[in-house]
Amino acid sequence: MKLYDVAIIGAGVIGTSIARELSRYRLNIALLEKEEELAFGVSKSNSGIIHPGTQNPPDSLKGKLCVQGNFLIRKISKELGLDFKEAGELIVSFNEGETKELLRLKEEAEILGVPGLRIVDKAWLRQHEPNLNSEAVCGLYAPTAGIISPYRLVYALAENAVRNGVEIYAETKAVNIARSDKYFEIDTSGGMYRARYLINAAGLFADDISGMLGICDFKIKPRKGEEFILDKKKENLAKHLIFPLPSKTSKGVLIIKTADGNPMIGPTAEEGEDKEDLSTSEAGLNKVLMSARRLIPAVDEKDIIAYFAGLRPWSGNDFIIRHETKTHGFINVAGIQSPGLTASPAIALMVCNILNKAGLGLKRKFIFRSHRKKTIHLFEIPLSKTKDLIKRDHSYGDIVCRCEMVSAKEIRDAIKAGARTMDGIKFRTRSQAGRCHGSFCTTRIMKILSEETKTPLVEITKRGKGSEIIKENRSTERERV
Amino acid sequence: MIKRDLVIVGGGPSGMAAAISAHENGVKDILLIERDQYLGGILNQCVHTGFGINYFKEILTGPEYAGRFIEKVKSIPDIEVSLKSLAVRLTNDKTITFLKPGKLETIKAKALVMATGCREKTREMIHIPGTRPAGVFSAGLAQKLINIEGLLPGREVVIVGSGDIGLIMARRFALEGAKVKAIIEIQKESRGLLRNMVQCVEDFDIPVYFNHKISWIYGKDRVEKVSVVKVDNDFNEIPGTLFEIKCDTILVSVGLIPENELIEMAGVSIEGDRTSAPGIFVCGNSFKIYDMVDSATEDSMLTGKLAAEYIRNL
Repeated sequence: MKLYDVAIIGAGVIGTSIARELSRYRLNIALLEKEEELAFGVSKSNSGIIHPGTQNPPDSLKGKLCVQGNFLIRKISKELGLDFKEAGELIVSFNEGETKELLRLKEEAEILGVPGLRIVDKAWLRQHEPNLNSEAVCGLYAPTAGIISPYRLVYALAENAVRNGVEIYAETKAVNIARSDKYFEIDTSGGMYRARYLINAAGLFADDISGMLGICDFKIKPRKGEEFILDKKKENLAKHLIFPLPSKTSKGVLIIKTADGNPMIGPTAEEGEDKEDLSTSEAGLNKVLMSARRLIPAVDEKDIIAYFAGLRPWSGNDFIIRHETKTHGFINVAGIQSPGLTASPAIALMVCNILNKAGLGLKRKFIFRSHRKKTIHLFEIPLSKTKDLIKRDHSYGDIVCRCEMVSAKEIRDAIKAGARTMDGIKFRTRSQAGRCHGSFCTTRIMKILSEETKTPLVEITKRGKGSEIIKENRSTERERV
Repeated sequence: MIKRDLVIVGGGPSGMAAAISAHENGVKDILLIERDQYLGGILNQCVHTGFGINYFKEILTGPEYAGRFIEKVKSIPDIEVSLKSLAVRLTNDKTITFLKPGKLETIKAKALVMATGCREKTREMIHIPGTRPAGVFSAGLAQKLINIEGLLPGREVVIVGSGDIGLIMARRFALEGAKVKAIIEIQKESRGLLRNMVQCVEDFDIPVYFNHKISWIYGKDRVEKVSVVKVDNDFNEIPGTLFEIKCDTILVSVGLIPENELIEMAGVSIEGDRTSAPGIFVCGNSFKIYDMVDSATEDSMLTGKLAAEYIRNL
């Protein structure tokens, strides 16, 4: 059996960031994921905000890693061919009391080293954010805030990590872990894995994984957030990422424009127990609508085309990133709630340092392939460019998803890059995610997926086993598949 | 840039009617753009009967009704059909851009008829709370899966909405041997045609719950059950009326919306029976939602005539 230098449990943004960072070194690395595809846990329902570092206590680990991550993500997104849009953040104040609080936030953020902060007045707001509630008195403007597609970041990190030698195993759920003298034995649903060092990036289930090695001093609590996506035709609703003043438990209900160009409102913040409860509720919708309209009154319920819920893996007020010295070689990376996405590149560096200190020799490879070719999305490029692409490859003109303008070529590319489910294709391409919500394109995408992966149509799933789309194929052509 | 006299976007019954009528009224250069691989639009998946009663004084299936127009269109050499062609941009000077395999084309038309049809309201638009498992379909998608692809989406079905599509799909599932457990309608009566209530629901003993709504969808990976609750006339839930139905599939059939995104994005608005841009016309379900294709055909014939007159008077 192969002995890996490092095994990482969990292929969300933290696991893949660490894997990619470690792939610079001469190491055998295995990345284990329990779901059918990567980013199907916490990362898939992230809003994609790259935070500037505001709204964190100045002495917090997450604050420091956030500021550092905001800086690092720019280089990473260039290397990996991802769009990082520096939209800037506005935290809005509606009265004198809130303005005082805003000034306190500014001070704290400046201690953390957040660059470019300034207070902007009513006139500035009116000019730069015309849809904002006219009762807003001023705002804290943080220019370095931005937006990225959270799942496309994970997929790009994973692709690049694989290119540099990392082995990724999906549908591989750790069920038991034992520590022998020299290595960890990870018993999974996909067989046994052995590794000298073990990194726990299991998101919501990090406490379970840690518990398998007898370290039970933290609990992960799911804190649910419901998000609502608006039609792309309202893309100019907000120009910046707009925040209210934060509460004790969350940053409040925001209005942002996602990396895909849709405005999004949310999230709520509900404490729960069930780590698989991704339901959305009427109460959640009403709360989000009410809070969003306080920021931008023109938010219209009729423009909602999709909604989802995500669970923040919350454990106390700060991240837990540490070498468990009593179980040498075991590193917990747990409780990575907001601003985890932003902090992820900094977390990866920190984990490399921890591993180095713990005795894992980090020797650089002669060749590290830092760059990944940009994936083409027609919705991101002007029609003149689309014309050239269609000349090069006819199937760019074969549009499968009309709401979001996704071609057969993009669907096939997504599958070639690893998509195995309808959701995996959705996250990579935005097909099925528009205003018709897949009513028109589902059958075509199912057929392409079936063809490319040589999978019978009845086995095509939404997001893994148990979520098959259809029950039976009664077509006379079914023998062909 | 290529110039054409008349460009019609949409090769469903309305677009075809407009094309035929424009030709009858003297337009000799017509381009008909259709996004699908064949003409006929949504009628191709409507294998049930009931089409043509007014227009042809005959009872036809959807494909039969469409077939008559397809033959007619094909017999007119002045109408050029471009299939697998999706219009992606329209400007108010009647310039339209469309994509097709191997080609992106921009055309300046003397007149344009938009016959782009409609889409269904989704679960998301009516905010049904609960989980988001596989097994929630729009009625039209389920119809396409069964009638065009031969794929059975589910075995135990609950249908939300008692409009015609929902009723017809109740019967379709019953005919395929699936169990239709309930039709849930928030209004106090059906929005569908009486004949469909009789032929699709009563004849198959399918229970209909008026003044009810789904209050929660359950199921992690696939739909497992729904909870249903009675509502008053203001759609408020009535306490103590909640019950559950086990099912693996939910069909959402709660209405149609005209697909007018291209017109909207061109800054053109629909005012009464015309648009704010001279020479741009809208017909069929993208103009308003029709109960009967026969009426859409008749109105679209008129639109074709108006477009022809517009071109003649230029």
